[in-house]
Amino acid sequence: MSNSPSLGEVLDSQGFSRRDFLRFCTAAASVMALPASIAPTMAEALAATRRPSVIWLSFQECTGCTEALTRSAAPSIESLIFNFISLDYHHTLQAAAGDAAEHAREQAEEANAGQYLVLVDGSVPTRAHCSTIAGISNLDMLKTSAANAAAIINIGTCSAYGGLPMAEPNPTGAVPVGEIITDKPIVNVPGCPPMPLAITGVIAHYLTLGQLPPTDHLGRPLAFFGENIHDRCYRRPFYDRGQFAESFDDEGARKGWCLYKLGCKAPVTYNACANLKWNQGTSFPIQSGHGCLGCSEPRFWDAGGFYESVARGRFETGSKLGLAAAGGAAAGAAAAVLAQRKKKRLAAEHAEQDSDAH
Amino acid sequence: MSLLEFARGPAIHWSLIILTVGILWRLLGVLALTRGADLSRPRDAFGNFKGYRTVFSRSWPAGEFTTATMFQTSVAYVFHLSTLIVVFGVTPHIEFITGLTGWAWPGLPNAVGVGFGVMALGSLLAMILRRLSKPAVYCSNTGDFITWVLVALPLLTGLLAFGHLGARYETLLALHILSVCALFIWFPFSKLMHAFWFVFSRAQSGIVYAHKGVRI
Repeated sequence: MSNSPSLGEVLDSQGFSRRDFLRFCTAAASVMALPASIAPTMAEALAATRRPSVIWLSFQECTGCTEALTRSAAPSIESLIFNFISLDYHHTLQAAAGDAAEHAREQAEEANAGQYLVLVDGSVPTRAHCSTIAGISNLDMLKTSAANAAAIINIGTCSAYGGLPMAEPNPTGAVPVGEIITDKPIVNVPGCPPMPLAITGVIAHYLTLGQLPPTDHLGRPLAFFGENIHDRCYRRPFYDRGQFAESFDDEGARKGWCLYKLGCKAPVTYNACANLKWNQGTSFPIQSGHGCLGCSEPRFWDAGGFYESVARGRFETGSKLGLAAAGGAAAGAAAAVLAQRKKKRLAAEHAEQDSDAH
Repeated sequence: MSLLEFARGPAIHWSLIILTVGILWRLLGVLALTRGADLSRPRDAFGNFKGYRTVFSRSWPAGEFTTATMFQTSVAYVFHLSTLIVVFGVTPHIEFITGLTGWAWPGLPNAVGVGFGVMALGSLLAMILRRLSKPAVYCSNTGDFITWVLVALPLLTGLLAFGHLGARYETLLALHILSVCALFIWFPFSKLMHAFWFVFSRAQSGIVYAHKGVRI
């Protein structure tokens, strides 16, 4: 890595202007809630930085996370991420395959021991032969690559919290990365997929300040996951006024009222979708008329139906409560019968005592 | 399983089961205990009717007590009506009931729900202060204070959850649901059963008094 060109040199060679670079740094600083004055410092630091080696491991995933980062509709600041890092291994994107690809990974890990970043998308199966790359199980590859990594960034909900592969009945015994690797700094950037700017923002923070950003109790960077979507949602005033869409084609839906009753999970979902939005700030799911699925939260596949509102109980309603009612009635009737018998017995005893006395 | 999942799932489910079993057990256990017939000649031919009338007439104190009981009567009315409006008027509560029964109706704006919630909590506070300041009037026992706490907690946690105050929303929501669970479990075995008993006890008193010719 020490012989590689600095970021500034790379960007110059690729025709990026300093204005573009500063614009990225300003945006990254602002979304990470850093002071605006840090943007020039960030730009200087990034420009002088040697591109760090990054090993991107894709396990049980759908490629959506990589798609989110690379499939921008137009060149964007997110696309600059590939100029900030030396992406030495990403088997979906790289041209090399087979032994050559694996050799590149091993070489990068050896040459940059203790300094490279491991980015993981996809959960890790713990059952044998569920998912392998070049004959190496995901579990072994993760342990090997993480052993000499400086830090791990989990890209997407699957690597952060298990995601879809870990949903019940979890046939592959999938677990999140954090359950396997416990001795390395880890940041989770969840989402299905995660917001591209959150990914680049975390990497930029690491490159600029030399440390991972502060996180919440679920390991998510606070700058992007510090507030729930409901609090930042533009439909919030309709929630406060009690104006809700009752179905996806009723008057409320057409008028853009709150989607809470249609299962929107925004009140319990922490992400930056409502602020940053997707596709160059064009829109986000709620704006397009569908409730939030809560994709950046653990167990979002198992934590309730997508179209059940947050307030609804999660249990079968009929049978057990019906049985409980029948059981309660039976217990009450039995108690009354026993009390009646006791009353009659006492009355009879009393009458007997009375007749004996007379 | 997160705290919210536990609250929305097994906790509220089992508390509803205990509530259902408990209420029916106590209602039937008492109502099936029929009283022996009073063979004396009724002094009022319309005794039964007057007994049923008592269910409503005792909703307000008798004239001679109006002034003396004005405070607790008014505050109790504010509490009961506000709580009723909060329980059945706030959208998340309606959603919960809809999920349980399929019944739905329009909800109130949040500000109105919060307003009634504050009134309910404030009136509850006024009532406990009065209870504490006049121990000879109320003869309270431990159960009364447990009941007060278990009624106040859902109101308090509900307001905090509404305002996102003090903790993350999902934590407050979970605490709110868990406090309701505790209330549901306590309900059938406490004086909160007056929600059902008041009808029967008033009617029974009215019938007995009318039978004896007492002015009611």
